[in-house]
This record gives sequence, C-alpha cells and structure tokens, in this order.
Amino acid sequence: MDSFLSCNNITKQYTGHRALDDVSIAVPKGCIYGLLGPNGAGKTSLIRIINQITKPDSGVVLFNGEPLGQKHIKNVGYLPEERGLYKKMKVGDQAVYFARLRGMGKAEAGKKLLQWFRKFEIETWWNKKVEELSKGMQQKIQFIVTIVHEPELLIFDEPFSGFDPINVDLLKNEILHLKEKGTTIIFSTHNMSSVEELCDYICLIDNGKNILSGEIHEVRNQFKDSLMEIRIDRPLDNLSSILPAGVVVLEQKQNNIFNQINVQTPSEMVTNEIIEAIVPHARIISFSESLPSMHDIFVQEVKKNKP
Amino acid sequence: MNPIRIIIEREYLTRVKKKSFIVMTILAPLLIVAAYSLIIYLMVSDATASKKNITVWDESGLFYKAFSDNDQYTFAYIEPRDLDAAKEIFQQSNSHSLLYIPKTQSVIPETANIFSKSQTGMSMKSYIKNVMQKEIERIKLKSSGVDDETLTSIKSGNVVVNAIRLTEDGKKEERSYPEIRMILSMVFGFLVYFVIFIFGAQVMNGVMQEKTNRVVEVMVSTVKPVQLMAGKIIGIALVGLTQFVLWIVFTLIIMGVSSVFLSGFLQGADVSQIAASQPAMGVNIDALTTDMSQAQGENIQYIMESVLSVNYGTMLFAFFIFFIFGYLLYASLFAAVGAIVDNESDTQQFVLPITVPMIIALVTAFRVPDNPDGAMAVALSMIPFTSPITMMARLPFGVPWWQLLTSIVLLVATVWLITWFSAKIYRTGILMYGKKASLKELWKWVR
Repeated sequence: MDSFLSCNNITKQYTGHRALDDVSIAVPKGCIYGLLGPNGAGKTSLIRIINQITKPDSGVVLFNGEPLGQKHIKNVGYLPEERGLYKKMKVGDQAVYFARLRGMGKAEAGKKLLQWFRKFEIETWWNKKVEELSKGMQQKIQFIVTIVHEPELLIFDEPFSGFDPINVDLLKNEILHLKEKGTTIIFSTHNMSSVEELCDYICLIDNGKNILSGEIHEVRNQFKDSLMEIRIDRPLDNLSSILPAGVVVLEQKQNNIFNQINVQTPSEMVTNEIIEAIVPHARIISFSESLPSMHDIFVQEVKKNKP
Repeated sequence: MNPIRIIIEREYLTRVKKKSFIVMTILAPLLIVAAYSLIIYLMVSDATASKKNITVWDESGLFYKAFSDNDQYTFAYIEPRDLDAAKEIFQQSNSHSLLYIPKTQSVIPETANIFSKSQTGMSMKSYIKNVMQKEIERIKLKSSGVDDETLTSIKSGNVVVNAIRLTEDGKKEERSYPEIRMILSMVFGFLVYFVIFIFGAQVMNGVMQEKTNRVVEVMVSTVKPVQLMAGKIIGIALVGLTQFVLWIVFTLIIMGVSSVFLSGFLQGADVSQIAASQPAMGVNIDALTTDMSQAQGENIQYIMESVLSVNYGTMLFAFFIFFIFGYLLYASLFAAVGAIVDNESDTQQFVLPITVPMIIALVTAFRVPDNPDGAMAVALSMIPFTSPITMMARLPFGVPWWQLLTSIVLLVATVWLITWFSAKIYRTGILMYGKKASLKELWKWVR
C-alpha cells in the first residue's frame, strides 16, 4: 500500500490495561487523517508511538517506507493536547530553541520564525515572556513552533481548543495550506464538525482497537441509510398516501419558513418518484440526501463496540 | 548540532541571565570580604582606638601604683569624700570611665565597679580585672614571703605547644597547625553540602516545572529523555562552576582593592611594633602588656604560617572532583524525584530519604577534626553518598593517597550506576500525570 505512514499491528501494554491492541493504520501522503475515539481509547498512546516518545511492545511503524527511527524526528512536528512552554523564557528565544532542537540552524530558525510571526501579526510578542501572554496567544506560538521546521508529517492533537472562531479559521486555513504543499497531517479531535470539514481519511479507535477506518466519504456512504430530507412550503396531512409505496415518513417538522419531512426510502432509485409525488401538492424548497454526520457515526459505533 | 548541547545552552543561559544569579555573584564576595574585614577591624580596633582616660578611686588603697598609663589607657587617681563626690568629679572630667575599688571588710577587696559615660568595652573590663588579679596575687605572695624579684623570675612567660607531624617515612616533619585545618575542614565540608543541595534542588525544580508545564511532552518527542535530563544536569553544573569561578575572581579583586585601604590601617595597628618601641617602664604591668603584645605578634605569625601550610592545590582539585561527582550523584536522584512528583508538596517524602545520608555526613563532618583518621570518618569518606562531604572534611588533615583514590573510584562508579537508575525512573515518570508513584511501581520502571 502506498502510504506515507503506516502503523502495522501495533500493541502497547501498560500496567493493568492494554492501550493498543493490534492497531493498524495507513496514512496516505498529503492528506489530513482524522484520528478519532473516545477519551482513553488509545489515541495518545498511538500518537506517542508515532512521535517515538514510547516504543510499541510489538508491531512496526513505517515512515515513508522505512522503519521509524531517530532520523525521522526532524521530519515530524507535534502539537500535543497538553501544551506547554517555558513560562519565564522570552517568546522568540523559546521558539528558536525548539526549532533548533528539531534540527534548524540558529539564524535560519530566527528568519523563518520571524516570517511566521509577521504572517500571524504577532511580531511584537517576540521579546515578551511567555507568562505575559494569554492562553490563546501561547497556543498560537506553539502552533508556529510545531510547523516552522517544515516537517513532512504533522500531528495535531486538539489544535483548536482554546481559540476564538477567528483564530480557528486562521488555523484551519494554515492547516489546509500545509496540506496543499504536500504535508501529511494527523489530526486528533473530538470536534466532529471540524473532522467533516477538514479530514480526507478517518480512523476510529475504541478500547485500543481500530474499529473503523477509511476515506471519509466512503465511511459516511457506508453508514447512510437512504435518508432524504425534503423541505416544502406548506404542511401536508396525508403524506403517506401521496408518497410512493415503501417510503417511510420518519419525522415532520415545521417552522415559519418551511416544513421539513424526513423519509427513509427503500432505495435511491425512488427519489425522482418522491419529487413527482410531492410537486402537485406543494412547492419544493430543497431536496437532499442526508449523509450521517461523523457525530452520529462516532456515537453509534462506539456504543456498538461496548462489550 | 547535538541536541544535548542546545539543551545545556538553554539551561545555562536562562539561569546565568537571571537577576538573582548576577546579584548573588556580586553580593557573596562582597559579604565575604565585608565579614573578613569586620573581623580584622574588631581584632585591631581596640589597639588603635584613641586613649581612654580612666579615673580611679582606690578606696582600698592597695592598687595605688598598679594602674599606670599605657598606649590604651591613662589613669588619674582621685581622693574624693564619698562615691557621690567621685561621680561628680568624674562627670566634670573628660574621663571615659570611673573605676571604684571599695574598701571591704576583708583585707583584700575582691570587687570593683566601673562607671562609664558610654558602653564599657570587654577589653577594658578584662584589662582591669587582669591588673587587679596580678596585683592581688603579688600582694598575697609578698605577704607569704615571696619578694618581687622571685616573682618576676617565676613568671617566665608564654608556653607554645608545637604540634609536629612526622611523615610516614619519618624523614620530614612539619608543624600541623590543627586550628586552620579544623576551619578548612568545616568550611569545605559545609561548602560541598551546600552546593550539592542548592544546585541539586535546582535540577529537581527544573524537571518538575517541565513536567507540570507540560513542556516535556514536546521535548521528549524531539530528544531522548536521557538527553533532556543530562542536558539539564550538566547545564546547571556549569552554572555552579561559573558562579564559583566568578566568586573566586571577584573575591580576589575586592580583597586586592580593599587591602590597599586596609594596609595603612593595619600598619598603624601593628601591636607588637608599638609595644616594642615603647620604653620599658620598669613596672610589672608594663612587662605584662609587652608580654601580651609579643604573644599577639606571635599569634599573627602563627596564623600566617598555618594559613600557608595548607596545600590549597590539592584542596581545590579535590573540591572540584567531589563537587562534580557528588553533584552528579545527587542531581540525578533529584531529577528522578522531580520526574516522579506532580507538585511541590509531594516532593518531601522522596527528598527526605535522599538527604538523610548528606545530613549524616554533615553532622559527622563537624566531629571529623577530633579524629580525622577514626573508623567512622574513614568509612564515611569511602561510602559514595557521604564521601563528598566527609572526604573534604578529612582532607585538610592529610589523607593517604590510596584512600583518596579509592573514594573517588567508588564515587564515580556509583554515579554511573545511579544515573542509569535515575534515567529509567525519569523516563517513565515525566510522562505520568496525576498518578502518585508507589515504590513498587518505581521498581517496575527501573527494571
């Protein structure tokens, strides 16, 4: 398989519980890969293994086809969920320090960092101490520090927590921009709408096992159960007699502007028939097939996986 | 660039740039020199202070000639009606004190009162006491038939006890000056204890901060935990060494500068010269003061000789060896503690067992001068957890080279072992949050 990063049959045992149980994931190059799962599922354990913070008990991680090793550290950027900077250190010095640890030269790091600081319009913070900044400001710096050495693989663990909507958009744009440039991104979050918005692939981990993974549209298609969402301009009382046979009305909702009907169809083929059946009785405002949200899939699958 | 070097650079620079470091670096030598100068000043100030006039009312009539003028005091005898009159005369005079020796029932009075306009110095009180005792002694001896001549011949002056140590082959002998050795023993023993504690605690706090700030998560994804730990320990060691070198340099500079000012002052205060240049008065008392001054002069010479008798090269060399390895030993343990705990209040239970050997070493170090080659001292100077302190305390008294070498070898080997052990605990501990590690768990991490 042509993946940039692949974890094959990873197992990790801690005292008392098995954090990862034969987990395999394949992350294609240049995509955003969503790593999902309830708290304590084993996401952080997997991320730590990819970051070489811990070693797996068994299994292999391949980075660009090679077994993961010390030399790949410079090619990885990691934004942990639990963020931290040295409080008493100046922002600029600190950013340069982390960049140097990831293999950049001092002068090069300073130059690149200053570009990023300008881009984010925070160059005035350079000589401030970290403790003088708000939490959100610190997160911004941590984001820059994570990406400044232009790694091929980026791992973001809840990157948007603590940000206001404007900064969330700023970060989202940067993440998408990095993807365009060919960076592979692993994105771990509990925010399902941002998963739908950003991710190309997802993997759902629960109880140390990979219970669902694949291309996000395929996953959502796999879970769709031919649900249609129809909005019309007036309420219809005798819906079940109007609609073709086999179509089940699940719900009818009403507000000032429209009436919404949720139906389940025996197959996608009947959509035109449904429209034709409604047209004589009411004006159709919109008609769409509703894909299950990642939220629903998450909840459903994790519940199903409960022993 | 090697990540350890980058980490060392950060640990070093952030600490050296701190205001507290700069203040300590400048302040400590100033304090040392100030304390040193104060001692010298106090030692000689009595001798150089302007003469004090003392009014004497000797009601007993026995000490009529006993007090005679010298370079510190001049005496004026008065014959008032009573004490109130004496006080009045005294108040109107420019005298510093009034010495009143009352008449008593017994033949020889044993009390005297000093009335002063200002505080009576210790030296004045003891001088008067001394003179009175000598005079009483003389009178008593005279009454039992000993004349002045015999008395002077009996009082043959000072006794000097020279402590001389034979080297093992018996060829060389040297004075051993136990006093200076005792001072150095205590100073160096305490210094090693002090620096290990100060800088070891800095390592622990540094590790703990990295853990609680969660900086460590990013750090260990970049460097190996052992590199992070080594970088911190080495960086702080360099801060300590820098501080020492700067202290030595600053102390020398300040002492150099201040000695220029002090030298004039000291010249005027050369007690033995003053005493020698004074014409002999032919009275016992003057013989006494000359004796005292000569003794003082000999003391100064003795102090100088003993200060120079110590092999400072060996002392400094050993100090750096024992400081560095003692520090490494304890710093790695402190690093492990910093990694285990989640907050400062949890440190106590782990810090205590670590510090017990150090405290034992320090307490016993103060007993080392009594018996520097005793079984206890030798044993503690071999055990690596106490040897940095105890060996430094023994060293001024001379330690066989094979003992010194064994002690160093044992220490280095232990440092190697303990660092390995601490690194294992550290590696696991820094990523553990919210869990308090039990000893059983710690043992699992090590294995």
